[in-house]
Amino acid sequence: MDSLMDFFAPFLRINTRCISLWRTSSERVAIAFLIVFGTLLLPALLSVEEVSARERIRIVGSSTVFPFATVVAERFALAKGLAPPIVESTGTGGGIKLFCSGASSSRPDIVNASSRITPSQLQLCIKNGVNEVVEVAIGYDGIVIAQARESKQMGLTLRQLYLALAKQVPSASDGFMANPYHKWSDIDSSLPPIVIEVMGPPPTSGTRIAFNENVMDIGARSFPRLAALRRSDKSAFKKAVYALREDGAYIDSGENDNLIVQKLRRNPKALGIFGFSFLDKNRSILRGLKIENISPEFANIADGSYPIARSLYFYINAMHDDKISNLLDYANTFFGDEAISEDGFLIDEGLIPLPDAELKRVRYSISSMRTISAADLK
Amino acid sequence: MKYSDISNRRVDQRLKRRQRAERRYRLYGQVAITLALLFLLMFFASIITRAVPAFYYHRVNLTLELSPKVFAGRQGEPLPRKITERQAKSLMEDAIALELGALAQRERLRRALIAPLAALELKQLLEKEAEVRHRLGDRLLLPFVLNSAGENCIRNACANSAEVDDFGLSEGQRQALSILHKRGLITRHFNLVFFTHSDSRSSESAGILGALLGSFWALLIAFLLAFPLGLFTAIHLQEFAPRNRLTYLIEVAIYNLAAVPSIVFGLLGLAIFLNWWHLPRSAPLVGGMVLALMTLPTIVVASRNALAAVAGGIRSAGLALGASRVQVVFHHVLPSAMPGILTGTIIGMAQALGETAPLLMIGMVAFIAQAPLSPLEPATALPVQIFIWADHPDPAFSSRSAAAILVMLVFLIVMNSLAVILRRSFERSG
Repeated sequence: MDSLMDFFAPFLRINTRCISLWRTSSERVAIAFLIVFGTLLLPALLSVEEVSARERIRIVGSSTVFPFATVVAERFALAKGLAPPIVESTGTGGGIKLFCSGASSSRPDIVNASSRITPSQLQLCIKNGVNEVVEVAIGYDGIVIAQARESKQMGLTLRQLYLALAKQVPSASDGFMANPYHKWSDIDSSLPPIVIEVMGPPPTSGTRIAFNENVMDIGARSFPRLAALRRSDKSAFKKAVYALREDGAYIDSGENDNLIVQKLRRNPKALGIFGFSFLDKNRSILRGLKIENISPEFANIADGSYPIARSLYFYINAMHDDKISNLLDYANTFFGDEAISEDGFLIDEGLIPLPDAELKRVRYSISSMRTISAADLK
Repeated sequence: MKYSDISNRRVDQRLKRRQRAERRYRLYGQVAITLALLFLLMFFASIITRAVPAFYYHRVNLTLELSPKVFAGRQGEPLPRKITERQAKSLMEDAIALELGALAQRERLRRALIAPLAALELKQLLEKEAEVRHRLGDRLLLPFVLNSAGENCIRNACANSAEVDDFGLSEGQRQALSILHKRGLITRHFNLVFFTHSDSRSSESAGILGALLGSFWALLIAFLLAFPLGLFTAIHLQEFAPRNRLTYLIEVAIYNLAAVPSIVFGLLGLAIFLNWWHLPRSAPLVGGMVLALMTLPTIVVASRNALAAVAGGIRSAGLALGASRVQVVFHHVLPSAMPGILTGTIIGMAQALGETAPLLMIGMVAFIAQAPLSPLEPATALPVQIFIWADHPDPAFSSRSAAAILVMLVFLIVMNSLAVILRRSFERSG
């Protein structure tokens, strides 16, 4: 206690002297400084509340939806003469966490998702007071396995992908063993003798979730024993099958699909996992692998023959009353003629549009602001 | 005799060895400096060569006929007040066809060569010019910016023999551009947009202004918070605080803080400034506060060292003449220590300017297409913009990222020279 008083004593002394010394030059500088400081910052700090209830739309979420969201944001702002929405690429999981963290208007208005919101995520939203969430499906995206153009062309099956990437694979006996495959040729002699090296998204990413559901799940089911396990105990199956390798064969490359593209260019032996739109934009560098003998082309994904496709969504917080009309306008920009006609700007970006029936339903749920409940997600 | 001979020889040898060592060490120094300069030169050369393409662009000047057909009207009628983007697109397509004929239709030249936002901008231009009273059938000469594929083709003289080039342009499209170029319809301009616009999805309309202002606001806030706080902390610790355990503890804490990785300050900012105080996300205000926390220890340590380096005689002389301790510090010690303090501050600020990690946590790494006019509006910062563009697969963006590095270096040089000027003035007066 004594030392505490000692520590502050000189300041007290300064205070008593200040009155007689205020005319000294350095103090004048200091006072001027404080005035500038105050005038600049105080009003700014006081108006925090006003500004945070601003009408700018704030969007977070999936890195796969990011290119579509930014293009729409820019055009929406230009067409309406509004301040452009702010789009952050946080990944689907991180985005939903932010979106569901509270209903106040300083929270994100929209979250982009490359996989559908799960009942537990929706529950988190409702627990934090975000009760009214409007779901908007914007289209499809294929998940592609890509390689650099100069590398030798490969084709894979879902079973081969599962065997290459699962942390544990079924052993000859009844149990699992740590993944023993080092090269692609170890899995199937028809594949090239190249070390398995696949770059892909982190576990929180929607791309990863869709990859698990469309590749790991189905690939694993080609083993009758695992298919039986899936029927009897789904959570044990998921635990065994959805875990990807941690020995360097699978490289978690963060929420940055552009980075994966750059890395593939430098490393022709590696494969990368990301959304179709990134392949479409980088055709000069990359080639998509045929999966189950079907190449990742626009038509194949749109008609569902390409096996790894998922829907893309965004979710609107319908409780942000002050900007709801702008939010709905933003949502409608995704479905305008300029966006999804044959030479629309979203098609140019590589989006695969919804079929007409689906489109009608989405348009209706936007205009009626139909909110989703846990029952919808089953 | 013999003995001294031997000893002389030994002395000679040793002397020679020492001289050799001397020369060698001088050489080491020279090699080190040459290497450093060489690397710096390489760095600048590579940045500048990569940045140059970002500073100019090409546009194609086309004669646009407000054809009555597009608007389903008659010759001479006034232009409708509302125009759709589709109509603007057809106008542009007709204008290209007017110049190139059948080639335009076949090769879908508008979509392949013209900037994607051009149709929307044309629509707005025509709607805005309502008072000019354009009539259907009028002809206007309008410039259209090329997209990055077209731009790249022009820069490389459209010299690619392959069927389809790296940017997806077909032979016919490249040929069309060459024709337009030969007719003198394609002109080269300084890329002012780069300095007057903020981030955009299309490279033609992407600019640095938003990031520049964001960095400016964040650094201003950081300076206003960290400099007075750091300075007064240093003065108190160095000049007034008694040497006891608490002071010692604080000193140790400050030194430790200086070594904390910057991302931790970002997490702190997220937890306190955003989640607890509810300050706006992505705002340079919060960025500045986080950067202030980060630079505070640097400033305190540098200021303390500068104060400690002031000769003790100055203090004794002041006290002997009857000045109070406060007077001694503020009138004599502080002015002589100021150059050192400013140097420390500038180092801290320069560090803050280049920081991206803490900004990630508070939402300043985002697509923000409008420049912030106050520290409360959402913004990115220069290093963040560089990072975002550098990752972009479109080479037009990587040249913009190099140009942004140049802008950041200029910003840094301006900041440093301000500090040097201030230092000079303190040195002269002190």
